Amino acid sequence: MSVTTETAVASAARTDAPPAILLDKVNKWYGAMHVLRDINLSVAEGERVVVCGPSGSGKSTMIRCINRLEQHQEGRIIVDGIELNDDMRNLDAIRREVGMVFQSFNLFPHLTVLENCTLAPIWVRRTPKKEAEEQAMEYLRRVKIPEQALKYPGQLSGGQQQRVAIARALCMKPKIMLFDEPTSALDPEMIKEVLDTMVMLADTGMTMICVTHEMGFAQQVADRVVFMDRGEVVESGTPSQVFNDPKTDRLKMFLSQILRGH
Amino acid sequence: MSDATLHAPAVSADTPSRRPPITVVGPVAWARASLFSSWLSTAVTLALAYLLARWIIGFVDWAFINAIWSVPVNAQGAQTQACRALQGAGACWAVITEKHRFILFGTYPYDEHWRPLVCVFLFIGLYIVSAMRRFWRKELALIWAGVLFLIGFLMWGGALGMPYVPQERWGGLVITLILSTFGIAFAFPLAVLVALGRRSRMPAIKMLCVVYVELIRGVPLISLLFMASVMFPLFLPEGMNIDKLLRAQVAIILFAAAYLAEVVRGGLQALSRGQYEAADALGLSYWQKTLFIILPQALRLVIPPLVNTFIGMFKDTSLVLIIGIFDLLTAGKTAIVEPAWQGFGIEVYVFVGIIYFIFCFAMSRYSQGLERGLNQHRVR
Ligand SMILES: Nc1ncnc2c1ncn2[C@@H]1O[C@H](COP(=O)(O)OP(=O)(O)OP(=O)(O)O)[C@@H](O)[C@H]1O
Ligand SMILES: [Mg+2]
Repeated sequence: MSVTTETAVASAARTDAPPAILLDKVNKWYGAMHVLRDINLSVAEGERVVVCGPSGSGKSTMIRCINRLEQHQEGRIIVDGIELNDDMRNLDAIRREVGMVFQSFNLFPHLTVLENCTLAPIWVRRTPKKEAEEQAMEYLRRVKIPEQALKYPGQLSGGQQQRVAIARALCMKPKIMLFDEPTSALDPEMIKEVLDTMVMLADTGMTMICVTHEMGFAQQVADRVVFMDRGEVVESGTPSQVFNDPKTDRLKMFLSQILRGH
Repeated sequence: MSDATLHAPAVSADTPSRRPPITVVGPVAWARASLFSSWLSTAVTLALAYLLARWIIGFVDWAFINAIWSVPVNAQGAQTQACRALQGAGACWAVITEKHRFILFGTYPYDEHWRPLVCVFLFIGLYIVSAMRRFWRKELALIWAGVLFLIGFLMWGGALGMPYVPQERWGGLVITLILSTFGIAFAFPLAVLVALGRRSRMPAIKMLCVVYVELIRGVPLISLLFMASVMFPLFLPEGMNIDKLLRAQVAIILFAAAYLAEVVRGGLQALSRGQYEAADALGLSYWQKTLFIILPQALRLVIPPLVNTFIGMFKDTSLVLIIGIFDLLTAGKTAIVEPAWQGFGIEVYVFVGIIYFIFCFAMSRYSQGLERGLNQHRVR
């Protein structure tokens, strides 16, 4: 049924290093609803994976399992060599290494932009306050909003807020970044500034999994595109394989809908 | 763009903007719109204005013009004939002149009244310092501990030439302030813990908190106080005795905490799941998440109902009168038991009411300022 042009093993073999993220036959149910079905996915260090698929196909659920905002019920998830299980120490270790950017930004509204960026480094990484602030300013410069450091999130535009959210995640110096539709809550004119930030991040060699329907972005930076439907990985391959040469009807239909929408 | 704007004459930028006519803004316009907009409205306005004027004139007559401020006191006690002769046409403030020290300090030894007076000012000073945001740091806890220790020392005495005064003789305003200050200071943190516990994923903790809140909310404060004062000692071993005031204090804390917990829980529920998830994703621990992300936002949201509960609690401390503790209201009631002063309850209650009002109104005004100050981030 599912045509995987590139198996988990093959993709891991591209480098000698162990995969940064490995999902092995992961299953998840919400009550009786089977939302993730035997998901196999291996992401090498430095690899950039774009996940797409229709609404409700389980994309968010999958990447939220990677930092355990959701719990999977069967199969194994190994992140940065550490297996996700009930051991809280493993979870803490993984969350320190995995940054996440949400569709709805989820900045802390009662803290300034700078405080948003320094809170976790100070308390989780035990970075001295001054150092954490310098480092936060550095990342804010990289996402091109250092001048907003002392404002509150509510005073920024959506695009600026999302860039702060990216900077906030980066301040933890994660090895892996997860993006869950980072641009779908934004007005069209702000999408570009956020995508540019993500392209810049991709150029630094960050391992990224990005749920998005921005085909241009996928073409530009993705090493691999994964298409999900109804809780399964249906196809995966290079952007041109997936977008220009779809093998399954489900993907063809999805692509035609997306193209119509744009 | 609508036609109207298309055809509107071009306004040059240097046309001075005019003030609106007096019929649009200002007190005259307001009165026209809200008080005299129709014949019916005009009639109601005039009728109410008449009643209000009558009432104000009557009150001024009673409270000031016909009032008696002091009466002669001789060996037989206060001579209140002049007051009685008024037959209610004027206030007999003489009862306050004579009895204010009893109302404020209860049965505390007369010559030592300066001690509870100093304590009242210490409490007020403590409130003012705690209210100023620039003092919100760790040292404030030390200040509290120090001042409360000093208050206890002054009230009990027994050293430095101050005679010992047992707790049974304390009374008046200072008791009200003790009960409500300790009440709020302990009930609030307890309430936060209970509210967090009610949302805990651990079933035992959750159950415990639910049972606590439902049980305490289900009974009136009066019965809790009764239990604390009458039933509780029955279960204690022979010879062991816990101070009556302390027992009432514990009952008040437990009662208030149950209500406050529900208020706090409301704030916790108002936060979006995204806030919890963002904190989790950054790797913050449960307590870091709670202290830095969740509580600061949740508590800001519930400042009005929190202060509402505080004010209610401040006044509820007056219920301790049923177990014979001499708070402000009880002292006021007792002051008019004396035959000479019987029948002058209104004056005493007005006096006591004003004192309660000052504290409650201050709390209310402060909370409004605090809300504005703390929610600045929500103003664009
Ligand atoms: N907390 C939950 N409880 C029950 N069902 C859920 C929950 N979260 C998601 N689901 C269901 O799981 C399925 C997968 O949801 P998911 O959010 O992963 O989809 P998605 O691919 O991210 O969709 P979208 O593009 O709309 O974000 C959906 O059918 C959704 O209704
Ligand atoms: Mg989603």
